[in-house]
Amino acid sequence: MVFYLSAFLLGLCLSAMGLGIFITMKIFRIPDITTDGSYTLGAAVTAVLLTQGWPIWSVIPVTLLAGAAAGVLTGLVHTRFKIDALLSGILVMTGLYSINLSVLGRSNIPLLNVETIFKALSIFDKQIYNEVWVGALFLAILSGLLAYLLRTDFGIAMRATGNSESMTRAMGINNDQMKIIGLAIANALTALSGFLVAQYQSFTDINMGIGIVLVGLGSVLIGDALISWLKIRKIWWQLLFVMLGCILFQMVLAVALSIGVHPNMLKLITALFVLAIVGIPRLVRKETS
Amino acid sequence: MIQLNHISRVFNPDQINEVLALKEVDLEIKRGEFVCLIGSNGSGKTTLLNVISGAVPPSEGSVFLHGEDATKLPEHKRSRWIARVFQNPLGGTAPDLSVLDNFRLAALRTSKKTLKIGINGAFKEKVRARIAELGLGLEDKVQQPMGTLSGGQRQALTLLMSTMDHTDILLLDEPTAALDPRSAEIVLQTAQRIIKAYDLTTVFITHNLQDALNYGNRLIQMKNGEVERDLDTEAKAQLQLQEMYEWFA
Ligand SMILES: Nc1ncnc2c1ncn2[C@@H]1O[C@H](COP(=O)(O)OP(=O)(O)OP(=O)(O)O)[C@@H](O)[C@H]1O
Ligand SMILES: [Mg+2]
Repeated sequence: MVFYLSAFLLGLCLSAMGLGIFITMKIFRIPDITTDGSYTLGAAVTAVLLTQGWPIWSVIPVTLLAGAAAGVLTGLVHTRFKIDALLSGILVMTGLYSINLSVLGRSNIPLLNVETIFKALSIFDKQIYNEVWVGALFLAILSGLLAYLLRTDFGIAMRATGNSESMTRAMGINNDQMKIIGLAIANALTALSGFLVAQYQSFTDINMGIGIVLVGLGSVLIGDALISWLKIRKIWWQLLFVMLGCILFQMVLAVALSIGVHPNMLKLITALFVLAIVGIPRLVRKETS
Repeated sequence: MIQLNHISRVFNPDQINEVLALKEVDLEIKRGEFVCLIGSNGSGKTTLLNVISGAVPPSEGSVFLHGEDATKLPEHKRSRWIARVFQNPLGGTAPDLSVLDNFRLAALRTSKKTLKIGINGAFKEKVRARIAELGLGLEDKVQQPMGTLSGGQRQALTLLMSTMDHTDILLLDEPTAALDPRSAEIVLQTAQRIIKAYDLTTVFITHNLQDALNYGNRLIQMKNGEVERDLDTEAKAQLQLQEMYEWFA
């Protein structure tokens, strides 16, 4: 039980990234893989500041800013140099590896004797319940804010930019600027997942971000499949289903582990699982058409 | 209002498929003029409109709007004066967003899109009332995604969207090409009403010579990237449909 609750909590922690990827992939239709770098960046900043005794609440804005900066960088490379979004992301992600290493100062920082966000609550006897509640509350606030943003006039302009660029230009919207802001928000959210996961697992490791974009992508695809299957139009419901996708994804990995799959195989399982999510609907569609 | 000086536009320069879409076009359109723009396929009409709106930068020449040099102004900045309906019905709307969202953006064409929720009850009512005036029965579909409407319905709504915020110039690129005759009539009547009510300067591209004859107070024919004919209000009033057909012979 604790094992699955723990997977549930990890899903919650990764939901911030899922929301970020939903913004770039589904709202802006930009394939952004800065994710691997900005996720570790968030975790690195968190580890360094927490071990230096910063209070948790002051770490959050710094993490957000760091992630946003990474997104802005990708956005600038993409829009100013007219470089393919995928390549822009790879460039920034690769560069970030060195940055992350110099932020961390070494390849791994443990967070064992520091006040983490998950220790903030102590209502239940069992610590895992407290932790799940902290995670749930955090994501509830986060997704609430995001849902609000997407419903504002600015949010409508964001959603329109990924939908029809000729329309938004005619409506006085600077598409390039909008994309940079979108990438900034997405990577700030991803960094926030790094912030949460570092505290969840009580350490930050320089390699913790490798392949994380695939986890996020798969999660968003699960959420998106549910969204189009249930024909959900309301934006806050869509965000909820994206988070559900993130949790389901972790649950599947947890099941794989519990039936005895070796942890070394987890990345392979992840890749195969995402392949299944993307591939099976296409095969089915081909057969019916 | 609109002044084009020696505008040329080359596509794919120095390649085998080089096209000279506009050749040293000089054109002045005064405030309140309603110009019908006709010409064969590929004669440069859309390119001319794109040069005015800023979607296509000219290879040579300058564009003045409101007496201001706008040649270097990007499209999204010129949109504070210009509203447009695209030749492609998909161009002027965001298909996945609701009709209401589309109208909200149109209402903010010349202003900042801020962090407040602008779609409230009053706004919904305003949009519904505007759409009802069209008489196409679309007022009950404001919550639907724009993409679920037909091309003609979207074209009609795009036109209406241009009146949601202040505008000086209206650029219409074959707004009725995708429409059935009744809807086309409705759209053009609406356009005329809007143009009068808001005293707009208009450029209206059409292949329908009857419409070109019926609407507007100036007629321009383009041919191979140049202005071939330019008829003022008086000359246009005396024009016969038969004569226009002969221009295309
Ligand atoms: N983006 C582009 N790239 C290359 N050539 C272009 C481009 N846009 C227009 N052209 C060429 O410029 C010429 C003028 O095109 P334009 O679209 O202005 O014609 P038009 O008068 O609007 O025609 P239609 O009545 O078919 O809409 C054509 O020969 C066209 O092929
Ligand atoms: Mg055209």
